[in-house]
Amino acid sequence: MKAYLTRRYMVSASHRLHSEEMSAEENRVTYGKCNNPYGHGHNYMIEVTVSGPVDPQTGMVCNLVDLDGFVQKQILDRYDHQNLNLLPEFAKGVPTTENLCISIYQIMKRGFDKAHLDKVRIEETMLNSFEYAGGESLVAGR
Amino acid sequence: MVYLTRKAEFSASHYYHNPGFTPEENARLFGKCNNPNGHGHNYTLEVTVKGVVDPKSGFVVDLKQLKDVMNREVLDALDHRFLNKEVPEFVAQIPTTENIAIAIWQRLEPKLKSAHLHRVRVYETPDLFVDFYGEA
Repeated sequence: MKAYLTRRYMVSASHRLHSEEMSAEENRVTYGKCNNPYGHGHNYMIEVTVSGPVDPQTGMVCNLVDLDGFVQKQILDRYDHQNLNLLPEFAKGVPTTENLCISIYQIMKRGFDKAHLDKVRIEETMLNSFEYAGGESLVAGR
Repeated sequence: MVYLTRKAEFSASHYYHNPGFTPEENARLFGKCNNPNGHGHNYTLEVTVKGVVDPKSGFVVDLKQLKDVMNREVLDALDHRFLNKEVPEFVAQIPTTENIAIAIWQRLEPKLKSAHLHRVRVYETPDLFVDFYGEA
């Protein structure tokens, strides 16, 4: 029996949306108030979904102790109370929630081997959310 | 195709224990969920059915019928119960959220007449839920 298990986590972080590839005016038009040079912050709610057969011995798709342990060390400790623009993965890219979703998915995919990773979904605010479930073309045109 | 979801809540107690494991293995694997006296949750159940909209009624499913089936097959059996001791499915298997979602699917699926069951989602807490789509 295949089931899907989803766990929610929260990190608080700041960011500024600004692309070196655009002029100051283009940045202002594209990113609006998110382009404020001093940055701003969000409480990001991160949902991690894993799937697999339910182990008849344990009744589980994945032991939450393993999932929580990995996410705490590799995701929450990395992003919580940080300025996303200063992290190496955003040194060149813009720390939009789309890109944060992809970064978290890649960290999980690379390092977490206790269950199949299905998707990562992030709520930036109550009004918007983003999800990434893998796929070949991560960035348009590349 | 239209999807319709109905929510319900139930409160129940449970504990995690596999008699095939040693006490140490049970404690290591299940942690505080292994306390044999049990502990409880307020579970939220979301049942999603899918179908075409009936041109006469405008319904995918008769909500009253769906509610009655959920009440009779699921809530009457699970609400305010000690799952390990009072629900037949969990005498031999551990009442994890995964197994609860599967058991609810198996209780509902044969009883739903007009609508096709699409998903059973069970929240154990607001930050943990399991989806089951009837996949083998």
